[in-house]
Amino acid sequence: MATTVPPPKIEILPAPDRPGNGHVGGGQNLIPDGANLRVAQQYSPPASSSAIWVGIAAICMSFAAFTSALIVRQGASNDWRHITLPSVLFLSTLLLLASSVTLEVARRRVASYMLGTDSHIASPRLWLSLTLGLGLLFVAGQYMAWLQLRSQGLYLATNPNSSFFYVFTAVHALHVLGGLAGLLRAIRKLGNATLRRSTLDATAIYWHFMGVLWIYLFLLLWLKI
Amino acid sequence: MPDASAAPAVVHGPPTTFLSKHVFSLDHKVIGLQYYTLALFAVVIGMVLSWLMRIHLGWTNAAIPGLQALSPNGAPGGVMTPEYYLQLMTMHATIMVFFVLTTAPFAAFGNYFLPIQVGAEDMPFPHFNMMSFWTTFTAFLILVTAFFVPDGPPLAGWTSYAPLSAIGKDAGPGQGTGQVIWAAALGVFCIGQLLGSLNFISTVLDMRTKGMTLSRLPVTCWAWFITSCMGLTAFAVLMPATILLILDHVAGTSFFVPSGLVLNDQLVPHSGGSTLLWQHLFWFFGHPEVYIAIVPGMGIVTHVLTTNMRRPMLSMKAILYSMWALAFLSYMVYGHHMFVSGMNPFSSLVFSFPTLMITIPSTVVVLIWIGSLYGSKLRINTASLFALGFISMFVSGGVSGFFLAQPSIDIMLHATYFVVGHFHMVMGVAAMFGIFSGTYFWFPKMTGHMMNETIGKIHFWLTFIGTYCIFMPFHYLGWAGNVRRYAAFTDDFLKPLIPVHQFITIAALFTGAVQLLFLYNLIYSRFRGPAAPANPWEGTSLEWIMPSPPPWNNFGGKDPVVYHDADQYGVKTASGADYIMQNSPEQALATSEGD
Amino acid sequence: MGKLLAVTIIIIAIASAVPFVLHTWEPPADISTHGGLIDEQMSDTMIEAGVSFLAAQILLGIFIWQFSKKPSDTGKVKTFPGGAKGLVIAAIVLVGVEVLALGAFGSKAWAAVYFTPPAPDAMPVQVQAGQFAFYFRYPGPDGKFGPIHPEMINEGNQNLFGLDPANDVESRDDIVTAEMAIPVNKEVHLLMHAKDVSHSFYVPALRIQQDFVPGLDLSVHFTATKVGQYEIVCTQLCGLGHYNMRAYLKVLSQQDFDDWLKKQQAAQ
Repeated sequence: MATTVPPPKIEILPAPDRPGNGHVGGGQNLIPDGANLRVAQQYSPPASSSAIWVGIAAICMSFAAFTSALIVRQGASNDWRHITLPSVLFLSTLLLLASSVTLEVARRRVASYMLGTDSHIASPRLWLSLTLGLGLLFVAGQYMAWLQLRSQGLYLATNPNSSFFYVFTAVHALHVLGGLAGLLRAIRKLGNATLRRSTLDATAIYWHFMGVLWIYLFLLLWLKI
Repeated sequence: MPDASAAPAVVHGPPTTFLSKHVFSLDHKVIGLQYYTLALFAVVIGMVLSWLMRIHLGWTNAAIPGLQALSPNGAPGGVMTPEYYLQLMTMHATIMVFFVLTTAPFAAFGNYFLPIQVGAEDMPFPHFNMMSFWTTFTAFLILVTAFFVPDGPPLAGWTSYAPLSAIGKDAGPGQGTGQVIWAAALGVFCIGQLLGSLNFISTVLDMRTKGMTLSRLPVTCWAWFITSCMGLTAFAVLMPATILLILDHVAGTSFFVPSGLVLNDQLVPHSGGSTLLWQHLFWFFGHPEVYIAIVPGMGIVTHVLTTNMRRPMLSMKAILYSMWALAFLSYMVYGHHMFVSGMNPFSSLVFSFPTLMITIPSTVVVLIWIGSLYGSKLRINTASLFALGFISMFVSGGVSGFFLAQPSIDIMLHATYFVVGHFHMVMGVAAMFGIFSGTYFWFPKMTGHMMNETIGKIHFWLTFIGTYCIFMPFHYLGWAGNVRRYAAFTDDFLKPLIPVHQFITIAALFTGAVQLLFLYNLIYSRFRGPAAPANPWEGTSLEWIMPSPPPWNNFGGKDPVVYHDADQYGVKTASGADYIMQNSPEQALATSEGD
Repeated sequence: MGKLLAVTIIIIAIASAVPFVLHTWEPPADISTHGGLIDEQMSDTMIEAGVSFLAAQILLGIFIWQFSKKPSDTGKVKTFPGGAKGLVIAAIVLVGVEVLALGAFGSKAWAAVYFTPPAPDAMPVQVQAGQFAFYFRYPGPDGKFGPIHPEMINEGNQNLFGLDPANDVESRDDIVTAEMAIPVNKEVHLLMHAKDVSHSFYVPALRIQQDFVPGLDLSVHFTATKVGQYEIVCTQLCGLGHYNMRAYLKVLSQQDFDDWLKKQQAAQ
C-alpha cells in the first residue's frame, strides 16, 4: 500500500543570514535546533566542504595504490638498494609544516576581518602570501632533493627504490602545485573581496592534507627506501 | 500550492555566446548531452571494430573491402593480419568499456538528470563539470590517435597485462608508441572521471532542495551516487597503474618487468619487477569498473519500471541495500580474474567466496523486480520493453557467473569464450539495454520531442533476439574450450567450431545494422518528432515538473519543495490521477485496498 | 505485445538451455586423475545454474504475460504474496546456501590440483613458453635440470633453454624437445618457465590450465590416464602469434615413451 509520509510537524526557523554560505540551489536540509528535535534549522553545508573530503579520499586511494606497488615491488626481487634520504628533505618538511601554521593564522585573520573585529585586509593577505611562499620553497626543496640524488648517480631508473622515490615525491609535488594554485586563487579573491569562507576553508583543508600526506610519505620513504 | 522559496543564489548565469551555450557550457544538461554524443560516436566506432573482428573470425582469409585503406600494414590486400585483429580487439574493448559503458549510463544521464532529480539548479562545481567532459573527450582523442601511429594501436587487450604491455615495441606491433598512447589516454580519462564523481557526490550531499531528504531521493540518484563512490576509488587506482606502466616504457624503470626475459634472442633490459603487480592494480580497478557500468542501468530500469507499472517496487530499500552491497563487495572479488594467474592458490579460494556471495544482492534485485511485476499493470512501451529485456539479459549474464566464480571450474573456462559471453551479456547487452531504456524514457524531456514508438519497438525486438543469437552461442563455444583472443582457429579441436562463429558473425552484422534504426529514430525525432509534453509518462520525480526541454536554470530560479518520495504511484487522489508528484503537497486518499 | 515478449523470453530461455542439456558442445573427455572432481563440479553447477536460469526467465515471462496492461484492465492491483520479505529471504537463504555449497565442494576439486604436493617419484618435465612456441626439457639420466642462462638463449643455433653444457654438468644430458611425451598413468611434475611474456598452458582433456608468470617458477602436476595425442594451447594473450602457439602432448605406453625419449636423446 502506497502511503505518504506526512511532513513532520516541526517549526522551521527562517534560514539565518549566512555570509559566504556558498552557492546553493536551496539545499535545505533540516537539522535539529539544539536539543529540541521539533524545532529545525534550514541548513545547507556549502558544497565545497564535503567535496574537498571527496577529493582527499581519491588522492588517498591513489597513494595507497602507489604504496602497495612499492611493497610488492620490494618483495619481488632482491635488487632493492637502500638510499639515504637527501638532507634537504628535513628542511623542506619543516617549511611545509610551517606553511600550515601560517595558513591557520591567515584563516583566523580572515575570520576576524569578516566579523569586523579587524579592519585591516593586509594582515590576512600577508599570511596567505607567506603560506604561498613557504609552499613554493617546499617545491624548490623537492627539486633540490632530486638534484642531490642525481649527484649521487641515482636517477629514476637506477634501481627500484630510487624509482619510487622520484615517483612519490613528484606526484606529491604535482598535487602541491595544485594547492598553490588554490592559494593564489584565494589571495586574488581576498583582494577583490569575493572570497567565501567555504572556499578558504576548503583550500586550507587541502593544504593541510598536503602536509599530512607529506609526513606519511616522508616516513614511508625513510623506512622503506 | 507548491511553495516556492525565495530565489536563491544562482550557481551560474545564463549562457550568452554560442561557445558558452553549446561548447564550453557550464550547464549540466548540455554537458550530459555532450557525454551522450561522445558515447554515441564511441559506440559506433566500437561496433564497427567488432564487425571487422567477427568477419575475420568467421572468414579468416577473406579480403575486407576498404580495410587496406585504413591500414596497409594491418590488412595487406584487405586480409587482416593476426596482429591487426588483436589491435582492433584491444581498441574495441577499450572504447566500449570506457567511452560507452562508463560514459553513457553514468556521465551522460547522470549529469543531465541528477541535479534535476534532487531539485538543484546545477551541480555545485560547474567549471569542474565542464572540465570533466573536455578531459574525457581529450582522452578519447588521445586514444584514437593510436590508430594512426606507424605501428598502430596496442595489441595487448584492454587488460594490457605486463610484461607484454611493458617491454616495448619488440614484444609486438603497436606495443611501442601505441601502448604508451593507450596508457596516457586512460590516465587522462581517470582525471575526467574523478572530476565528475566529485560533482555527483557533492550534488547528492549538498544540493538537495527543500524537503528532499535522502529517503525521498529517486532510485536513479542513489544509483549515480553509489557509482560515483565506486568511480572515485577505482579510477584513483587505475591512474597510478598507468603512470607506472608508462614509466616502464619511456623511463627504463622496472615496476612490472622481471629479470631474465629474452626477446628475439636479446635480454630485455628491465629487471626485478612484478608481473602480477599489474594484474592486482588493474583488477582492483577493473572489477568495480564493471559494476560502475551496470549499477546506473539498474537504477534506470527500476525507475522506468516503477513509472510504467504505476506502482512502487515491493521494496525500494531492498534494491538500495543490494546496490550498496554490490558496490562494497565489488572491491573484494577482483582476484577472480586471477584464479589461474599464478597467485597463491589459497588466495583464489579467498576471492572465490565473496564472488559467490555477490550473487545474493544481484538475486535480490532481480527477484524484487520480478516480484513487483506481480499484480501490476505494466505499460508496454519501448522504454519498458528495454527495461524488461535488461532483466532477462542480466539473469542470463549473471548465471554464467556461477561457473566463473569457482576456481576449479575456472581451470576449464578461464580465457575461453565462456568468459567473453558472460561479460558481453551483462555489459555489452544488459548495460546497453539500460542505456536504451533511459534514452527512450528521457528523450522527450531532453529534446522536447517524442521518439517514434513503432521504430523503437522494432529496434527492441530485433536487438533482443539478435543479441541472444550473438552471445548465447559464446557460452557453448567456451564450454567446448574455445580459447579467446585468438585471431584465427587453427587448432584441431577448434576448427569444428568455426561454423558457430560464422553464425555469430551473421547475427552480429544483422544486429549491428538494426542499430541504424535507433540512430535514425534519434536524429529524426530530435528535429521532426511530435512535441513532447512536460510529463509524457506521468512520472512523479522532479524532471517531470519542468517543460520539455528544461530551461537553462531548470526550475526557473525557484526551488521546488518536495513533500513525497518518488514512489507515489497507484494512489487514490482527489484529482483522480493515480500518482502524486514529489513536489505536490497533495496527500493520497486512504484506500481500502488490503495489500 | 507483453504476451509476445513473454513467449519470446520463455522460448529463448528453453532454446538456450537445449544445447547444454543435449551436450551438443562438450569439453573433450577427461583423461586425468583429478578431473573427475572438476567435471562433477561443472555438471552440478550446470544443474543449479540451469534451474535458476530457467526459473527466473520463465517466471519473468509468466509475469509479463499476466501483468502487462491490457485495455480491459480495471483498477485493482495485487501484491506479490509475502511481499519483499519472502523474496529477500529466498534470495539470501536459497541462493546463499547454493553458492556456499558450490564453493565448499568446489574447493575440494581445487585442492586436488593445487594443495596436494607432487608424488616424490613424479617425472619432472620442464616447459618453457616463449613467443610463440612451447619447448620442453627432460632432465636425462642424472635426473637434474641444468641451469638456464637467459643471456645464452639463441633460437638461431637452437639453444632454446640457454644451456651451457660446457660449464654446467647437469645440462649435458638434458633433452630438449618440441613436443611433450609422457607415459600413461605416471604422475608428471611440470615445471613452468616463461621466456619473455605471460603465456598459459591449457590442455582441456587433462583438465589443466595454468598461466606462466615471467619471474616466477610455477609448477603443476597431473597424471594422464589415456594414451593419445592432445593439443597444448596458449591461453594468455602473448602477441601476434598467440592463436597459433601450440604443442602436442603425446601420452604413450611406458615402452613407447622410453623409445621416444631414446630417440630424442639421440637427436640432441
